[in-house]
This record gives sequence, structure tokens and C-alpha cells, in this order.
Amino acid sequence: MKKTLLAAGIAAMMMGATPVMAKTLVYCSEGSPEGFDPSLYTAGTTFDASSKTIYNRLVQFKPGTTEVEPAIAESWDVSDDGLEVTFHLRDDVKFQTTDFFTPSRPLNADDVIWTFERQMDENNPYYKLANGSFEYFNAMSMGDLIESIDKVDDHTVKFVLTEPNAPFVANLAMDFASIHSKEYEQQLLDEGKPELANQQPIGTGPFQFVNYREDAAIRYQANPDYFRGKQPIDNLVFAITSDAQVRYQKLMAGECQVMPFPNPSDVQAMQQNADINVLEEAGLNVAYLAYNTQMAPFDKPEVRKALNMAINKQAIIDAVFQGAGQVAKNPIPPSMWGYNDAIQDDPYDPEKAEQMLKDAGVENLKMNIWAMPVQRPYMPNARRTAELMQSDLSKVGVDAQIVTYEWGEYLKRSSDVDRDGAVILGWTGDNGDPDNFLGVLLGCDGVGGANRSQWCYQPFDELIQKARTLDSQEERAKLYEQAQEIFKEQAPWDTLAHSTVFMPLRKEVTGYKIDPLGGHSFEGVDIE
Amino acid sequence: MFKFFLIKLAQLVPTFIGVTIVAFAFIRLLPGDPILLMAGERGISAERYAQLESQMGFDRSLVVQYLDFLKGLLHGDLGNSLVTHAPVMDEFMSRFPATLELSLFALAFAVIIGLPAGVLAAVKRGKTLDHTIMGVSLTGYSMPIFWWGLLLIMLFSSTLGWTPVSGRISYMYFIEPVTGFMTIDSLIAGDWGAFLSALHYLILPSIVLGTIPLAVIARQTRSSMLEVLGEDYVRTARAKGLSNFRVIMVHTLRNALISVVTVIGLQVGLLLAGAILTETIFSWPGIGKWMIDAISRRDYPSVQGGLVLIAFIVMIVNLLVDLAYGVINPRIRH
Repeated sequence: MKKTLLAAGIAAMMMGATPVMAKTLVYCSEGSPEGFDPSLYTAGTTFDASSKTIYNRLVQFKPGTTEVEPAIAESWDVSDDGLEVTFHLRDDVKFQTTDFFTPSRPLNADDVIWTFERQMDENNPYYKLANGSFEYFNAMSMGDLIESIDKVDDHTVKFVLTEPNAPFVANLAMDFASIHSKEYEQQLLDEGKPELANQQPIGTGPFQFVNYREDAAIRYQANPDYFRGKQPIDNLVFAITSDAQVRYQKLMAGECQVMPFPNPSDVQAMQQNADINVLEEAGLNVAYLAYNTQMAPFDKPEVRKALNMAINKQAIIDAVFQGAGQVAKNPIPPSMWGYNDAIQDDPYDPEKAEQMLKDAGVENLKMNIWAMPVQRPYMPNARRTAELMQSDLSKVGVDAQIVTYEWGEYLKRSSDVDRDGAVILGWTGDNGDPDNFLGVLLGCDGVGGANRSQWCYQPFDELIQKARTLDSQEERAKLYEQAQEIFKEQAPWDTLAHSTVFMPLRKEVTGYKIDPLGGHSFEGVDIE
Repeated sequence: MFKFFLIKLAQLVPTFIGVTIVAFAFIRLLPGDPILLMAGERGISAERYAQLESQMGFDRSLVVQYLDFLKGLLHGDLGNSLVTHAPVMDEFMSRFPATLELSLFALAFAVIIGLPAGVLAAVKRGKTLDHTIMGVSLTGYSMPIFWWGLLLIMLFSSTLGWTPVSGRISYMYFIEPVTGFMTIDSLIAGDWGAFLSALHYLILPSIVLGTIPLAVIARQTRSSMLEVLGEDYVRTARAKGLSNFRVIMVHTLRNALISVVTVIGLQVGLLLAGAILTETIFSWPGIGKWMIDAISRRDYPSVQGGLVLIAFIVMIVNLLVDLAYGVINPRIRH
């Protein structure tokens, strides 16, 4: 006890905090951040360490949901033609004061405009510094979407769009749209060291950066000026621990209080441990098997449907996901708005499948099944999944071969329009909008790219295009529900699974909410 | 002695050039493309791909890229990491002391235990003690590092609570790096608590990393002791009536050390290789962990630069070992 007191005292002195019993939460993070400027990167590990802790965005996802709610902007309105989105900013948002920066003014419209300019204006010094490599901003086509950003007054910013786009506001809740301080970055530019913005970040978020020891630990302290009030914990430490087994040991030993990404096989033991709570939630993801709908015989919906009926998905959930998932019947996860629960999945019925194949004139079918070489949040073991499929298909007279490539190569080759075989792949949502699944993965624009089934079906695509332009979520949801009916009828994929996310934490931790979008945030978390 | 040194040094040049070729080719022969890996499921448009490729210089011919790498190397510039955009040299140098510190502690552990164990086994040749020591060291030599590390963590950290699970120092301490050695920096900072914490965190990883070298050193010491013990001059020493202790420690051990020093020198390469696994288990922020990350992201400049630097270090150590022979045994100089 004496030792702990002493240690806490030392910690308090080091962190510059006054209370002797400073509350410190240690999070065993899974890897090192690539940097601290979230606009430059696409990895969740980097976002956890930067945007989720240090920064805020104009709008945010309500913790634990994919619903968009106000953050730096207290409200926003969309013009009737859908081309103008105006944000009204709070006037009490301050940037963090640290030993490397003291802000002279609160956040205003200039900071918001600067944040986007640096990612799209070729003349912005930060754009030049990064060679324009703002991959997430680009991947979400933000540059094409934003015509201009206008300052109406100090606390009002208007985005003018090139076309009406309903998911746009949700995009602004994404990590790359974290608001930077123009004053700080100007100051760095004046000092001739703009690259420091990526090493000594300044934001408006709940925690402020203290220091980072590469590959070892990141320290934060609660931001005393946070606009939602100071956090209940005083210090936050990310102890970088890349091995899941070691994270588990650290959690048991009390060296950290929260850990992400447990080994699926350890979850049961964790649930039985009296010191550990295991939170779980359905992830915002889907795993699928995409046929190439441009290649015979997979160009016939009845053939695709027959194959879907030959595959026992529940067996895959049991054996590969070890129960940590549910069978998917739609291409979007059930927690997402617009999910059509009335859809009936094609039942597992090998006899009927065999008959359907015969009726379609398909005999002695040989096909490839692509199994990805890596574990992903939506798919713990693609190889094993492919083997189960192979054995299911052999029962209906289909001879399936399993193929695989190195991950980068897999992603590239599976996009080819003339690709041979069906591909196992999946997706984790970016912004909680159905368009982010249905439009990106199944729209005509995605053929030869993210649309692995190379499926361009006009009735479906028209619905998706139309939904994108509407502002009312209710009306959009109706269109997406119809789109899911068409999807099921046409069956470009076999929808396999939605995985479950587990988050083990020690019993003394309260207030932690699993982020369905896959991030890890400690806002509002306390230790008892 | 100086001439001996120069010859040895000159011999290193072709080796070093070979290393640069291997390092350059190795990461490019691995399937995988840094740009595609970065893009992930989201994918990347062909024009954006081409843009990034040209920014990174991968659209040039391999020969041009290699010569560019070599040119940079001669200026001490290994390029910038594709991921963090920081100079590879800085990234390496900020992590290398952690690996070196761990390796030195592991080596010290291996020598302090392995050498006396080997001497003891040789003296008690054929006795139970000899069989025990050799049996244990064979077990140690065959131990899979990852499994061994986890086993020790489960026993000493999770169950008994004697040692921390992983990390380099308690998160309560933040010591400004001066030398990069946590034990030294904490002393420079005058923080006794941090020093003890750093030592505490070194115990398990040093044991795990030192296990295989310990076994090798013990076995080598034993066999070369036995060889020397059979020499005429040892018999002469005994005939002169010298004490057993003196015969063993002075006449036998010193001569037996030559091959032991060679083996210790060879362990340095093994230590750096073993550090990759040990650092992963113990979340040790050294170059091993850094290299693994770089390889999995196909960060070409970091991997090729890291490999060249590691090879360079191993070569220098071997050079020093060669020089050490000269000191231990003057006959080798010629």
C-alpha cells in the first residue's frame, strides 16, 4: 500500500496533477499508432490513440451507437436542394493547453475550414507536406463532394456540395474529419517544423497528449478545459501490447484495466474470471462470399441461390466463430437503421440445391473458393470457412478448390472483373450509414473495385442512387429495405456472418461502451 | 595487431555489399505491396495508386532503386519509413538501445550461469551433476522461446505476482532518454525507484532471451574444458603440485576460453534474432518488434534499412570477437 501511495504520488508529480490519489486507467492497446494526426491514416489503432482521445469532430456518433449527434457543432441544417449543409458551432470549445502550446482563442470557424483545406487544397502547406496523402478523406470521395466551405460568421460554417449526399454529415463524424487548431499549426509552420503536428497533437478532446515512448506507452491526462467537463479519470495510459495472450495476462495481473481483441478461445475463461467483465456486442460488419456474377454459370441468380442453399452457415458460426457471431441474411448488420428484418434467408437445403443446379443445367461444376490469408474482425479464419464450404458443396456435386494469395494481392486480384471463383471477404462500417455497405460494396461504381461480385443490377443501383440524395432517414430506410429484397432475390453474395465484438475489462472499470464502429474511446469511463 | 585489424576490416567490405543486396531483395521478393496493404478492403483507385507509387519511387527500375538505396546508405541516409514518414535511421536508433540493453542483460545472465555450469560439468565429468547440467541445458536449448516466455509470465507474473507481465518500465515513470538504456538513464535522472523498476522489468525477458545462449555456452565450456584438461601442460601443472583450483581456473579455463569467446560472439546474432520473439512477448520496445511491424506492412525502407543496420552490428561484433582472440591468444594474430 505504501508503495502504491508513493507510486501514485510520483505519478501525480510527473503528470503535474494536484491530487495525490490520481486516478489512472491503463489500456493495453494492440499496437503502435502510425502518428497522431488522424487525417493521415486509416488504421483503427491510430484513431484510438489520436482522434478518439485528443480530438473532436463537428458531429459524432452517439457513444455505443451509429447515430449521429452534435459535438463541436451544436446543430446543423440542410438546404432544401440538399446542396448546402450549415453547421452552427458551440462557442465554448477550447483547444488544449500543454507545455508545447497555449491557445489564444477558442475554436472558431477558421479551425473548421483549415481542417478540410489541409486535406483538399493543394496550396495548403500541410497538403504539400503530406503529398496529399489523406487516404480516408479520398476514399470517402470528400474532395469530389465538397464544392466549397464558407465562413458565414465566427461560429457558422457552410459546406456547399457538388451533389446532394445524405451520408455526408455522418462522414464528418469519422476520424479523418477531426478538427485541428489552425492557430497551433500556423505556429508550427512559422517555426519551420510543421511535422510536429503529427507528433505533438493538439485537439479539443477529452484527453490531452502528454508523451509517447515509441512502441511502449502513450500517456494522456484529462483535459481540464474540455467542453463537456473534465473526465472522471485523471490519467490515461496506452500500454502497447501486441500479443493477445500477453494482454490477457496483463489484465489478470491488474497491469491494465481494459484490453481489446481477445483471442476468441480465451473469452470463455475470461467470462469465468471473477475480476473480469466481458462486454460483448454485435459488430457493425458483415462477412460474405461474393460470386463473380459476370462469369458463367454464376451469372444466373438461380445458380447462386442454389450454392447458397448448399452451404451450412450455422455450422460455420459454430465451428469458425465459436459462437461469437450470428448468421447474416442481409448485406448490412442488424443494428443498422434500414435493416430489413422481414427478409427470409435461403434455407440450408442441400437436396433442393442439387435439384436447382440440375434444373439450371449445371453439372459437374468446378469452382474456386478464395480464402483470405489474414484474420479480420469479421472473419476469424477464412481458410477453415472455405474448407467447410468445400465439404458442403461436394455434397451437391460441386468440386470446389481453395485458393489464396498474400493479403494485398488478394485484395487486388479479387477486384478483377474477370476473376475466377467466389471470394470470401467482409466489411466493417465507416460511418454507420447503409450506403456505406450497399452503395460501396454492391453499387455499379464499385465494379472492378470494392464490388467483389462485379454485380451491376440497375433496379438495385437506382434505389441506392436515389436514397443517397434524400434527406429524410425514414424515406431512405424504405428504399434500402426494398434494395435488400432485390439483393436477396438476386443473391450476388452468400451473406455469411456478423461477428461479435468482445471487450474484456476489469470489474472496477465503469462507463465503458463498445463502439459498434470498432473504435475504443475512454470518454466517460471511471474506475471505482 | 593494427595490420590484423585492417585485414579483418577489409574482409568485411564484400560481405557488407552482399548484405545490402540481400536486404534490398528480401523484402521485395516477399509477395505483398505496401500501397495495397495500406488501402485494405477499402481499395484504391488506379490513378491514386500510380500517384503513390511514383511518390514512393517504386515506379523506377529495381536497379535504380537499389543504387539509390546504396547512395543514401553511404551518406548515412536510409530513407523514410512509408508508414510514419520519419527517417529510418532515427526510428532505428531510438529503438536499438532497448534491444541492446535487453541483449546485454540476457548475455550477462547466460555467461554468469553458463560458464560456471560448464566448468562444473567438466570437472565432475560423468557424475550425476554433469548429467544434470547437460540435461537441463539441452532442454533449455530446445525450448521454443514464445512458449517459454508465456510459461514464465503465467507462473511468475500472473500466479505469483513477483515480476511484471510485460513492458520496459512501470508506466508511473517517464525517463527522458539520454543513452536510451533505461537502467542508465534512470540513474542519470537520479531516480532510484525508476532504476529498480527498470531492473524489475528486465528479469523475465533476460531469462527468456538468455536461455538458449546459456545452454550453448555451458555445453561449449564443458567440451573445451575437457579438451584442455587432457593437454600435457595441464598434467605438468598438476605434477608441479599446483592446487586443483589453480589448475582449473588459470591453466585450463584461460585456454578453454578461446572457443567459448567465439561462441559468445556468435550468440550476438542469435540474440538479435531471438530478441524479435522475446520483444513481441514482453512488449519490449526494441528493433525486433519494430522490424516485425515493418515487415507486415511491407515498409520497404524500414525493412531494408533495419536489416542492413542489424547485419552491420553483427559484423562489428564479430570483428571485435576476432580482435579479442588476439588478446586472449597471441598466436592467432599471425
